[in-house]
Parts: sequence; C-alpha cells; structure tokens
Amino acid sequence: MSDTESRDSREVEQSDTEDGYEPRDIFGTTTEMDLRSGADNCTKVGTCDAECPVAEVDDDFPGPQFQGPEQWRLSSKGDVEIDDSVTKCSNCLRCDSGCPSGVPFSEMHNTARAKYVLEDQPLSIKKIRNRILANYRTSAWLASKLPRTANFFMNNGIVRWLMEKTMKIPSEREFPEFATQTFREWWAERGGEATSKERAQEARAQRGDAPVHSDEKRVAYFHGCYSNYNTTQVAKSMVRAYESLGYEITVPKQKCSGTPMFANGRVDDARRHAKVNVEHLGDAIEDGYDVICTCSSCSLALRQEYPDLFDLDGIDELAAHTYDALEYLRIHEDLEAELEGATVDAPDVAYHAPCHSRNQGLGRQAVELFADVDGVAVTDVGDSCSGISGTYGWKAEKYETSMAIGEEMFEHMEAVDAETGMTECPTCAMQMEHGTGYEIMHPIEVLETALT
Amino acid sequence: MAIDSDVLVIGGGIAGLSAALSAAREGAEVRLVTEAETTLHHASGLLDVLGYTPDGEGPVVDPFATIGDLPDSHPYAIVGERTVRDGLAMIDEVLGETYRGEHTDANALVPTHGGTVKPTARYPASVAAGLASDDRDVLLVDFERLTGFDAGVAADHLADGGIPAETSAATVEFPVTVRDDAKVTRYAHLLDENPTVTVDGRDRHVRAALADAIDPHTGDAKRVGLPAVLGVDHPAEIRAELGERLDAAVFEVPMGPPSVLGTRLEDWLYAVLDDAGVEIEAGGGPIVNFDADDRTISEVYMDRSGSPIPYGAEQYVLATGDVAGGGIDSDRDGVAEPIFDCHVPHPSDRYEWFNDDAFGDHAFVTFGVVVDETLRPIDDADDPEFANLRAAGAVIGGYDYPAEKSASGVSIATGYAAGRHAAREV
Ligand SMILES: Cc1cc2nc3c(=O)[nH]c(=O)nc-3n(C[C@H](O)[C@H](O)[C@H](O)COP(=O)(O)OP(=O)(O)OC[C@H]3O[C@@H](n4cnc5c(N)ncnc54)[C@H](O)[C@@H]3O)c2cc1C
Ligand code: SF4
Ligand code: SF4
Repeated sequence: MSDTESRDSREVEQSDTEDGYEPRDIFGTTTEMDLRSGADNCTKVGTCDAECPVAEVDDDFPGPQFQGPEQWRLSSKGDVEIDDSVTKCSNCLRCDSGCPSGVPFSEMHNTARAKYVLEDQPLSIKKIRNRILANYRTSAWLASKLPRTANFFMNNGIVRWLMEKTMKIPSEREFPEFATQTFREWWAERGGEATSKERAQEARAQRGDAPVHSDEKRVAYFHGCYSNYNTTQVAKSMVRAYESLGYEITVPKQKCSGTPMFANGRVDDARRHAKVNVEHLGDAIEDGYDVICTCSSCSLALRQEYPDLFDLDGIDELAAHTYDALEYLRIHEDLEAELEGATVDAPDVAYHAPCHSRNQGLGRQAVELFADVDGVAVTDVGDSCSGISGTYGWKAEKYETSMAIGEEMFEHMEAVDAETGMTECPTCAMQMEHGTGYEIMHPIEVLETALT
Repeated sequence: MAIDSDVLVIGGGIAGLSAALSAAREGAEVRLVTEAETTLHHASGLLDVLGYTPDGEGPVVDPFATIGDLPDSHPYAIVGERTVRDGLAMIDEVLGETYRGEHTDANALVPTHGGTVKPTARYPASVAAGLASDDRDVLLVDFERLTGFDAGVAADHLADGGIPAETSAATVEFPVTVRDDAKVTRYAHLLDENPTVTVDGRDRHVRAALADAIDPHTGDAKRVGLPAVLGVDHPAEIRAELGERLDAAVFEVPMGPPSVLGTRLEDWLYAVLDDAGVEIEAGGGPIVNFDADDRTISEVYMDRSGSPIPYGAEQYVLATGDVAGGGIDSDRDGVAEPIFDCHVPHPSDRYEWFNDDAFGDHAFVTFGVVVDETLRPIDDADDPEFANLRAAGAVIGGYDYPAEKSASGVSIATGYAAGRHAAREV
C-alpha cells in the first residue's frame, strides 16, 4: 500500500467525471446538490452546537445543527425558504471540524447562504452593503489607486458616521490601512520572477546543497487581496524567507479567493473569481509549481471550499497542490535545523490560531516552530474564536455579537506576558488589534527575521 | 522530508492522550495527530475501570480485585493489574484536585441524568457530593428550558433504587431568558461570565439570581444537584458560590453528549499534554496511508484535502478507537483496520456480527486488533504486524466495554503501557 498508488487512483477517478467548465448549477437546484447523505449522517447529538461560538453568546441563533443538517432536511422536503438566521453564522467552521459524523457544514452553510441571498433575502441596504464587503477586492483596488486619500476618508469621523447610518458599517471599527505600493507593484519593480530566480540560485549556491537549476524548489504565491493591498509586509517576508531557502517564486495572475463572498452568500461572484484562479494557478501547477498562501482563509478556500462548491476543470488538482506557507516549509525543509541557534529580534507575542487554520489542522504549527528559537516567546492564547470571521464583524448589527465572541480572546491575550499579537488571518488580526490595541504580526514575518 | 518526532501517536481520544503523556514522561519527543479534537466532548467525563464482569455480573465492588478473573485475551489481563494502577496514577497526578476516587479501590456510584447509578473509578470533583452512597438529603434541580435532565424522574429513580437519603426535585427558571433549545454551552457561558440581570426589578448577577430561584426549594436538603452546565472555565468558583448562597453542597449530574464534563476533561488533558511538551495537531485530516520497509513503518500520510502530508517517527501508537471512533471499518465486505490493515479477527458471516452467542449480543463492539504483551498488533500467525507499531484503547479487540463499563480504564491502561514501550525503544 503506497501513497502514490492511492493518489493515482484518485486522479483517474477525477478525470472520468470531469466535464470542463460547465458549472454545477448550485442555485435553483440547491436541493439537488448531493448533500442529502451528508444530512443523513447526523446523529443529532449536537456536538456541533457545543462548538459554535455564536450560539454561545446569541440567543437568536439556533446553532449549526439547525443551520446545517436540520435545515437541509427541511428544505429538501419542499420549497421551504432558508431561515434568515443563516446570516448570523460567521462561517468560522468550528461546527465542521467538531462534527464526528462528517456532516459537510462548510458546503451546507455556503449553499444555504447563497440560496438565501439570491432567492429569499429582501433587497435592502444591508444586502447592498454585504455585496460591497464581499467584493473587497474591487473596493481595495480602487482605494489602492489613491491610498492616502482613501486612508483619510475611510477613518474620517463624519464619513464613518455616514457609513454607519447609510451602510450599517459600525463606526467603532478602524478601516484597514491601504499600502501606498501594492505587493504586486513591489514585486514587478523588484524584477518579478527573474529576480526571484536569481536570488534563489544565489541562496542555493551559498547553501551548497542544491543544484543551480531546481525543479523542486518552485512555488506559486497566492497572495489574496489582503497582503496585496494592505499587509504587504507579510507578502514581502514570505518572498524573502522562501528565497533564502532557495525557492524560486512566481506570482500568477489571480483574483479574490472568494472567502468574503462565500460568507456573504455571493457564491455567484466567487465562482467568477475562482475560475480565473483555477486557470492561472493550474497553469503553474502544470509547470511543476506548488501553490502557497499566507492567509489561512485563502488556503481554506482553495483547498476545501472550491472543490466543495464548484465543478471546474483542475479544481481538485489545485486543492491537492495548495499549502499554507509555513506548512509547506515544514514538510519540505528541516526547519528545526535551519532555526537551530537562530536568535531573532522580535517582541514576545500572544498567538491566536484562526478558526480557518484550525480547520486545516494548522492551529499549532507556529507555536511549535518558534518554541526553540531564542529571542521570541510565542504563547498560544487558547482556542477561543476571535469573533470577526472576515466581513462578519464589519456589519453594525453583528458588531456586538462579534465583540462578545472576541471577549474571551481579548482577555486571554491580555493575560499573556506580551504586548504584540500574532496570527495568520488578516481579519483576525484586525479584531485582535481592535480589541487590545496591540500590533499584530504574521508568523512568516518572524520566520523571515530568523532565517535572514 | 517529513514532519518528524520520536513517537507519533495517532488518535486524540483518552487512549491517545494517555499514550502521548506517558511517552513524553519517558523523555521522548512526542507528536499527537488526530482527525477530531473533540472526541471527549461526547464522553460523560467519568473514568470507568470495570463496572460489570464480562458475564454481566455486578455492579463490581472492587474492579482491581476482579482483574485476575478476566480471560487472558482481555486487555487488562494482557497489561496486568500493576499497569492498570500505574496508568490511573499518572492520570490522577495530572488531574490533581479536579478529579476524585483515588482514595479507594472500590467503585463509586454516581447518579446520572436519567437517575440511574453508574459504578465508576474516577469522577470529576464537581459530582463528588452527589454519590449515591451519601446519606445527606438531596434536592435535584432542573431548568425550565434545558432538555436532557428531568429532576423529578431522576429523583424518583434514585429513591426507587433505595439510596440512603431523602430525595426531592424542583424545576426553576434560569435567570436569563435563553432560547428554547439553548445549548449547554450557552448556560455554561452565562455562569462563567456572570453578567448582571434584572429579576423582579432587582439587578442581580446570574449566579446569585440562580441561587435565589433554587433557595425556596431546598428544605432540609444538604445537597443540591444541578445539570452539569456549571461553567467550562470556572466550575469550582461557580459551585462554591452557589453552595455558599444555598448553604448546601452543590454538585453536578453528568449529562448525555455533548457534555460539559467531557469538554472540561478534554481541556485539562490537552493543557497537560501541552505542558509536557507534546506537539498536537488536530483537525488536519485523517492518517490514511503509510510506507514501510521490512515490517518497519517509516512514514505515515495524512490526507489534507487531497494533499498527502508526511509524518515520520521511530515508533507509532495506533489509538484510533473502534467502529465509532473510526479506528475499525466495518462494511459489507468485512471488518478491517483501515490505516495499516492490521489483522482483525471476525466471523465471516455478517449475521453473526450482531447476535451470535459465541460473540455475545453485539459482536461488533468487540472487534479490534489483537496485540502481544507489548501491545504490538499481531497477524493471524501471531507475529507482530510491524516492529514499531503499538495499539491502545478501543481499537484493541476482545472486550465489550459498553457492557463491562471499562472504556476509559482500558484506554488509560493500554495507552500508558503503549506510550512507555514506544518511548523506551527510541
Ligand atoms: C457518548 C460517550 C459516552 C462515554 N461515556 C463514558 C463513560 O461514562 N465512562 C468511560 O469510562 N468512558 C466513556 N466513554 C468512552 C471514552 O471516552 C472513549 O471513547 C473510549 O475509552 C475509547 O477511547 P479511545 O481513545 O480508544 O477511542 P476514541 O475515543 O474513539 O478516539 C479515537 C480518536 O482517534 C481519531 N482517529 C480515528 N481515526 C483516525 C485517523 N485515521 N487519523 C487520525 N485520527 C483518527 C478520532 O478522531 C478520535 O479522536 C464514552 C464515549 C462516548 C462516545
Ligand atoms: S455534530 Fe454532526 S452528527 Fe452531531 S448533531 Fe451536529 S451535525 Fe449532527
Ligand atoms: S460556521 Fe461557526 S458560526 Fe456558523 S454555525 Fe458553524 S460554528 Fe456556528
């Protein structure tokens, strides 16, 4: 029994069922999507309910067992409207990891939200606002053209008051700052792929451990919107860290991963973006690259939500070749040896594992990785949910719930002997900063300082 | 390259946790990988050693004295009484004040949510005042909207069972109006946070208001039992405050899944592993495959959304549970251990799995791997399947834990032993 054998058989199966770019029609025929068997798996014991951070604080929320299998059973019996409580679910997917019977929550929530938004939700300001939040990439692209102006207006008192009144965006929230140069601009200015190849080869020569040309050490970076427009330092750290280990990087054409769209029921928008991503990342995979992400919601989308929701050529290949940036190095490098004796000049940090990292089983890797590195102490603040879950905490009517969920995490962060936070998810980072006033780092930034 | 450690434990139930802890205590670098991190959320939080004999006699008074009478193939007989005691001692030590029962070899009788009494060896401190052997009068309280515990029915059952105390029951309104199907975690959260609520025009903290509601019903009762929802983070504090206000010993009645007592036990044990330096990777997908050289496992592979993630170790412990946990597969074609395909004896006729007398009522719960004296799974010729693989917990066959009430005891004893054997080989 070997690993390759089982993968091969999977690939054969996949190509048999491929039907090109024909979308699986998930709207209108929602009930035909084969989730019946998933709903029938449910033993009604309610473990999922005990995992849900919203049900713990919000008496109007019926909890995942209802939201998932229960509603599924109801809606497959007849033309039942999706309950509007679906909009209270934050898509943290703790129910998904918690269910012992493998009920496909991620798929159920996303499909139900989509059905709700497209068929049942009345048109309102909130709906329009949700569409704008879902299409963060478009707004961010606009803002990046005039970053200074955007930063000024976004957090200007009067503008924010108006936004709260008209768009229901809570004025308590700080808008993320837009970088004056996007990551892609920086990447292009730096010389793109050619420069990366040069630096990687230099590093390999210096390490004396790899041939000058390497087919192995090549990764395609999916940066997503946030590290492109806002936290560009995360993307740059990834580039330098990987190059120092001898990896050549390419940055394919890409669109939003779709995470904010799934969470707002805009599966239609997400699909359009997914198509572009699958195509361009797929080309890179064909050329021998693996795909890496620094944002945990992006990697979750590419690995799990895409194959769950869309039927696109190459989508399973993409899922199988996508990794979190730290995870990938842990598999392919002897990081322990690389970090041996390393001292970093970084503040001690209170680490929060984003729900979407936990969902991929990556909730502990950052703590483990830096445990033996001098100069930085990483303390895990436990498994509380940050409560922001992407665009969720950006809605005035969800603000209080979001802060109530986050309360436990804020307390735990403050109890730790550190004045800086660390996490992989950009929106968790926003919530952490908002609740504690700390500056928040990404593990790859610490890794970069340790390696270079 | 693979993600490396000395000992890799597969499975995060009580068996895997015990194995990882004992291996770490032997000085090994240990990693625990588990598909689900929430297994103990289901469990009652009680740690049974042996409640009934395999012949169905009981309740057993002294489980340790009974071990010598078990068939040779029983996991307790394989590891021996000494190891059962040592394993429990390890758990007693790490759970400290939060668990009780180590003062005696005799089983305690713990009343559960249906009013039945369960013989068990270790129980949370929070249920201690509820033991059926206690002769102080007892009041059981349930909440208007909380399902899963009917105090009246439970009190009657206990009285019928002849416990040496007067029993009474009351139903109170929980001071915060929660939704009708509110989850146990909602109650626990409110008691942990203890926010202010307005009851009859008065501002009271939730705990105080709850005590106010119970107080008129206490009568002569010296003990008050509540459903086990008294906090996840601050249970001792909540119990102490209620007890002081009611002037009675407050205890929790273990509930069905999902269980707050199980959740607390899990939180504590995972924290203990963390302190012991065990690397924990939960929720990333199942281990599905392996590479081996000449009956020595070199690597195992996790399936993470289709990407195979390699994990390497010198020694492996298989603690994946039985059919319910995912450690044993049973389908139309047969019964198998899905990762390493270890030998699992079972009758070839499917109908016999369920009601053949030779296998008892539910043959399928006794299905599992067969192990040698160092807990290595063996093949049908009695040779070890692999030189560096050991098994622990419900994945081992040959005993009927639901009938015997021996689940956690076997998991702890075999986990402890497997972890030690593995660590001593590295
Ligand atoms: C509802 C309920 C009530 C219980 N009440 C009691 C009680 O009152 N007293 C008592 O003593 N015991 C009780 N138990 C039993 C106890 O909690 C344990 O389930 C039992 O001892 C078996 O433990 P285990 O660790 O061997 O297996 P399990 O608890 O089944 O754990 C197996 C673990 O392995 C993981 N796993 C399986 N396959 C893979 C794979 N391929 N890759 C990675 N990970 C995998 C699973 O996710 C799981 O975490 C109860 C259990 C349940 C479910
Ligand atoms: S955890 Fe899974 S099986 Fe249990 S009630 Fe929720 S959906 Fe159903
Ligand atoms: S995704 Fe999160 S918020 Fe939504 S039902 Fe599941 S656990 Fe609750």
